[in-house]
Amino acid sequence: MLVEAGHFALALALGLSLIQFIVPLWGTRANDPVLMSVAPTTALAVLACIAFAFVALTVAYVTSDFSVLNVVENSHSTKPLIYKISGVWGNHEGSMLLWVLILSFFGGIVAIARDSIPARLQANTLAIQAAITLAFLAFILTTSNPFDRVVPAPADGQDLNPLLQDLGLAIHPPLLYVGYVGFSISFAFACAALIDGRIDAVWARIVRPWTLTAWAFLTLGIAMGSYWAYYELGWGGWWFWDPVENASLMPWLAGTALVHSTVVMEKRDSLKVWTILLAILTFSLSLLGTFLVRSGVLTSVHSFAVDPERGTFILGILVVFIGGSLALFAWRAPRLQQGGVFAPISREGALVLNNLFLATACATVFIGTLYPLALEVMTGEKISVGEPFFNLTFVPLIVPLLLLLPFGQTLAWKRGNLLGAAQRLYAALGLSLLLTIVVFAFTHDGPVAAPLGIGLGTFLILGSLNEIVTRSWTKGGDWAVMRRKAFGLPRSAWGSAIAHAGVGLTVIGIAATAWDVETLGTLRSGERLGVGPYEARLERIVPRREANFREDVATLTILRGGQELGTVDTMKRLYVTRGMPTTEAGIMTRGLSQIYVSLGEIQPDGSLGMRLYYKPLVLLIWLGAVVMAAGGALSLTDRRMRIAAPAKSRRLPANPLPAE
Amino acid sequence: MTTQTPRTRRLTRKQRRLTLIAAAGCVLGVALGLVLYAMNDTILFFNSPADVQARNVQPGTRFRLGGLVKEGSVKRSDGQQVVFEVMDAQSAIPVRYQGLLPDLFREGQGIVAEGVLEASGVFRADSVLAKHDENYMPREVADALRRQGHWQGEEKASQQAEQ
Repeated sequence: MLVEAGHFALALALGLSLIQFIVPLWGTRANDPVLMSVAPTTALAVLACIAFAFVALTVAYVTSDFSVLNVVENSHSTKPLIYKISGVWGNHEGSMLLWVLILSFFGGIVAIARDSIPARLQANTLAIQAAITLAFLAFILTTSNPFDRVVPAPADGQDLNPLLQDLGLAIHPPLLYVGYVGFSISFAFACAALIDGRIDAVWARIVRPWTLTAWAFLTLGIAMGSYWAYYELGWGGWWFWDPVENASLMPWLAGTALVHSTVVMEKRDSLKVWTILLAILTFSLSLLGTFLVRSGVLTSVHSFAVDPERGTFILGILVVFIGGSLALFAWRAPRLQQGGVFAPISREGALVLNNLFLATACATVFIGTLYPLALEVMTGEKISVGEPFFNLTFVPLIVPLLLLLPFGQTLAWKRGNLLGAAQRLYAALGLSLLLTIVVFAFTHDGPVAAPLGIGLGTFLILGSLNEIVTRSWTKGGDWAVMRRKAFGLPRSAWGSAIAHAGVGLTVIGIAATAWDVETLGTLRSGERLGVGPYEARLERIVPRREANFREDVATLTILRGGQELGTVDTMKRLYVTRGMPTTEAGIMTRGLSQIYVSLGEIQPDGSLGMRLYYKPLVLLIWLGAVVMAAGGALSLTDRRMRIAAPAKSRRLPANPLPAE
Repeated sequence: MTTQTPRTRRLTRKQRRLTLIAAAGCVLGVALGLVLYAMNDTILFFNSPADVQARNVQPGTRFRLGGLVKEGSVKRSDGQQVVFEVMDAQSAIPVRYQGLLPDLFREGQGIVAEGVLEASGVFRADSVLAKHDENYMPREVADALRRQGHWQGEEKASQQAEQ
């Protein structure tokens, strides 16, 4: 019964979002506040309906209701509870439901935040948001209904893909989707501004927190996905330039550019047209990512099922929204007023350069991801574009950006002084160079990339801290006063310093991968295998049975210089229902470094094949991303973000609409 | 804060715009150059064993070889050396690989190997991929086999789903 109610709630949400789409738009055309006020109400109702549907599906999973096809295909009565819950979005239908749930959740927040958003803008924004919800609800109801029944109900389910039976599934998709879908709000705001033909610094202030939130979540989501792939797939790699990964990287790059260009727009009322375009492109890339992952164009662990009908439908959504918004842009953008001017050497100029590099880097990822698909469609030739391509194109575009980043942070608004900026960075630059030389001296046999990358990362971190120090430091000043001054700086200044330092951490982590050591060997019990400064000794192999899998557990003792540091377990599993084998890597963390053990086959002579990795500083890659997101979150708590909009609207009494 | 005097030269709006366009042109030009260069150098083609013969692929070429692992062809030796044959409907190519094979590697399974064809006709693989799903057939392999009228994997998969 609950299942049918869930299905009905989805249909109801479809109807309501149609109202939410049409009535407010009509209201803003007719300048009717009553019609406009329909938007927040329906947005909340849509949210309630979709949330109910989501709960209904979750209940079906938790209670193992095998009369529901989706549950049969992706669950099993013996599956642990946590995977029964996360399994709700571990399949195509459920993950699309999560997608619209988050979409309507953002709509709901815009609806509640009525005090800080002018009514016209809110109505238009929610209408655009409703159009997206409408399209995806139609997609779910016509091609991907999670509530389909199966008659007769089988006794048990087919279990979830074992690779997805992991805590990562509980965390990675929700974070990623909040990021992807969060950009729909900036998109909706951009379209709303274009519809009304008015855009100014107030718009930027309203949009910025949303963009920043989406960006921070997307950062975490990508990092989480990368760490999950690292420990689950057993190849020891953290980024494969897989099209599915690129699909999330592209909106991240565009979103990062957007976060920066809205700063220029907010502070200097400049770059308006570009910011609007970027907001549209960022969400378009999110949609493209959804299409690539969900349509089955790519085969990967993410595309749960291949169904051409679905692919065509999402492609349709893609064309309508990207085409529609770009047409709206082409029609309306020329009417937008140009903003303030600035010298090329200035903070604005630096941010333009940032946008230029990020957008270009994003374009190379776009080409590398879509070119093979396009070629296959046109000629049938199958090619693969992998790491070498991106190392040659993406990396040379990102490195100069990172090198210039600290200089940009130091430049003044409107008209900067490059020499002065460089002077303020002498200390950071000197220390980073010194560190590069020291690291190189100690590891001169090793790869050159590592010390250089570590120097770059250090420069980024020191350059960011430098910004805080120079803004609070006075020669011979009182220590207490300086500290007060430093902590009195706006939170957004701290947030940006921390986020950029996070970039530095990630760069150091990536650079250190050049020092990775990998050993391949076969071991019998008691035998040892060395990897870098460490050794692993195979203790025993023990078979074990769990609820839904059997496994052989190999226990290894890790030693350094003959000293035992502890043991790691690594498993080879066979998931009974699907008859599918998986390996679980054994990982020992030492500070920021890891020793990583992956099991292979039992050899003809009875020994155990094994791959060992020593990965120095590898945790910094993901830690850096977490620090970036934390910087973004700190910026969000800035006073300006919270009170700016109402303060500004008080200064604009000419608004013909009654304030909410 | 600095002792430098600000420069007094002012750029006109037009000059500013030109600076911007020049900068954008530079970055885009460099990016385009990199992409074109990388396209020539780093892209790998996919070949089935039949393609290798039909296209007369030269030894020393790097490419991705896809097909089915021939039944009874897998021979393991010490040091985790594995030799097996990858076949399609028409021909088979011997593959040598050292390292851990993916969990789903088994005889009769579709795989994609990346590596170099040696003069002896042996394909030296440095990575072997099988996919994360028991019904999985790499898409390239499936297409190649379907062209040769040899694969009914989808029907098999859907039968399993119905069970």
